[in-house]
Amino acid sequence: MSLDRSDVEKIAHLARLQIAEQDIPQYTENLTNILQLVDQLQAVNTTGVEPMAHPLDAVQRLRADDVTELDQRTQLQAHAPAVEEGLFLVPRVIE
Amino acid sequence: MAWETVIGLEIHVQLSTATKIFSGASTAFGAEPNTQACAVDLALPGTLPVLNAEAVRKAVAFGLAVDAEIGKRSVFERKNYFYPDLPKGYQTTQLAEPIVGAGHVEITLEDGTTRQIRIHHAHLEEDAGKSLHEDFHGMSGIDLNRAGTPLIEIVTEPDMRSAEEAVAFARKLHSIVTSIGICDGNMAEGSMRFDVNVSVRPAGSDTLGTRTETKNLNSFRFMEEAIALEVERQIDLIESGGKVIQETRLYNGDTKVARSMRSKEEANDYRYFPCPDLLPVEIDDSFIDAVRDALPMLPDQWKALFIEQYGLSDYDAGVLSSTPSQAAYFDTAAKQCKDGKLAANWVMGELAKYLNQNDLEITASPVSAEQLGGLLERIKDNTLSGNIAKQVFEVMWSEGGSADEIIEAKGLKQVTDSGAIEQIVDQVIAQCTTQVEQYVSAEPDKRGKMIGFFMGQVMKLSQGKANPGQVQGILKQKLDALV
Repeated sequence: MSLDRSDVEKIAHLARLQIAEQDIPQYTENLTNILQLVDQLQAVNTTGVEPMAHPLDAVQRLRADDVTELDQRTQLQAHAPAVEEGLFLVPRVIE
Repeated sequence: MAWETVIGLEIHVQLSTATKIFSGASTAFGAEPNTQACAVDLALPGTLPVLNAEAVRKAVAFGLAVDAEIGKRSVFERKNYFYPDLPKGYQTTQLAEPIVGAGHVEITLEDGTTRQIRIHHAHLEEDAGKSLHEDFHGMSGIDLNRAGTPLIEIVTEPDMRSAEEAVAFARKLHSIVTSIGICDGNMAEGSMRFDVNVSVRPAGSDTLGTRTETKNLNSFRFMEEAIALEVERQIDLIESGGKVIQETRLYNGDTKVARSMRSKEEANDYRYFPCPDLLPVEIDDSFIDAVRDALPMLPDQWKALFIEQYGLSDYDAGVLSSTPSQAAYFDTAAKQCKDGKLAANWVMGELAKYLNQNDLEITASPVSAEQLGGLLERIKDNTLSGNIAKQVFEVMWSEGGSADEIIEAKGLKQVTDSGAIEQIVDQVIAQCTTQVEQYVSAEPDKRGKMIGFFMGQVMKLSQGKANPGQVQGILKQKLDALV
């Protein structure tokens, strides 16, 4: 499977990545190479192999439902570029 | 042309855990913005999710309540999209291996017919934060207190055929999740939110039409209105030669207007993949059995019990079992007075009236089930007539106290001594000579109605305390003796 320019543009848009026009051929080639590796993997006969959800052979531990994280808004918002009335401010989004 | 409506629902139910699904921050509603959003909820670098056991238990409880297969192994996946109230850039959810598999819920319509609505599956996921678009000089304000609140998303099969069925299902689901205590059911606070998938097709057709999805309806009434409006829109569109486009719509309950959401260029390309930060969740039979053992009575179980044990009608049993608190209240009162029908009449009549007038939930009733049961006992043993019992109830509601205390204090004990009643009857007959003459000269089949006047006089004279059944008997006997 190989990608073309429009695939790369679409992936970049979904990932909200801005890529330079002159870099597109390079990305196209690199991503196509990755997909060729995937093609090789898909050629392996996996009959009877359980799909793997995680590389570690372990199961999820569960946590007790106790409040352990108390309010640290002041510290946490110290990292934010803009806050007002306790809210994080971001460029306006309306759907 | 006759059209058939086809409806499927997706319901987001906030689980009533103390903490978030993947962090130890509180989920309490109404806190100051961002005071319950910890480093995990904010997706700060280096943080990792740890799954809340209680969220898993509550999801399993739902599965058991709708007779579903429980996923002993379930897997969290990332659903990728960008929005400021989703700081990670993806929602952690489940897709291929959800925790709750196929199940079903039975609904009862107003005409008494029942229908099975199939549940496709239900999965665990996290809620997003809230965006506020007003008053921030061109910016949006983000509150992440809700981010990470545990949800189950319940997906039905397209099994509903009218707004009425969809609303009946929604109400039933509300009753189930509140009965088993996995959700507070507070729709105004967004604890349950409905997405409605609607399509129409020519009656008799078995292929589905193109559907639209109206998102985030948070009241049963808005849901009904939104479906009616959308069905009408689709039929008009098709009949005038147009085509329904698959799209997401929003319904505004205040203006009663629906609109299409700006369709996204890359619709539904969420690039799901298993979340590497979370291991597969495995639960065993003992976990499931423990949840099953702790399940309280379900609405359908209460209903069946009320019909069997107290001989209630299907309708009455349905109303009384609709909330767990009402069911338990009724059951206590009915047990105490040993008369289910009497208790049903009072809980759905006088008690419901007072609760409505005072805008109270039954859990906040100033008259307890035991107090009401005590009052009903006094009706059963003829200490009180129905009317006097209402007076006692009024006192009980406003001043408290047991039925016996109020009867004693107010001297309201019903007069059942037939000698005393005879005296009053004689007095009334002696006073009302005109009416007695009319009675005597009336056609025999008219006399039955005329007794009502004398009943009223006797009850008035006895200040309502004479036993009405006895009064009627004695009156008839004495009046007929004059004919």
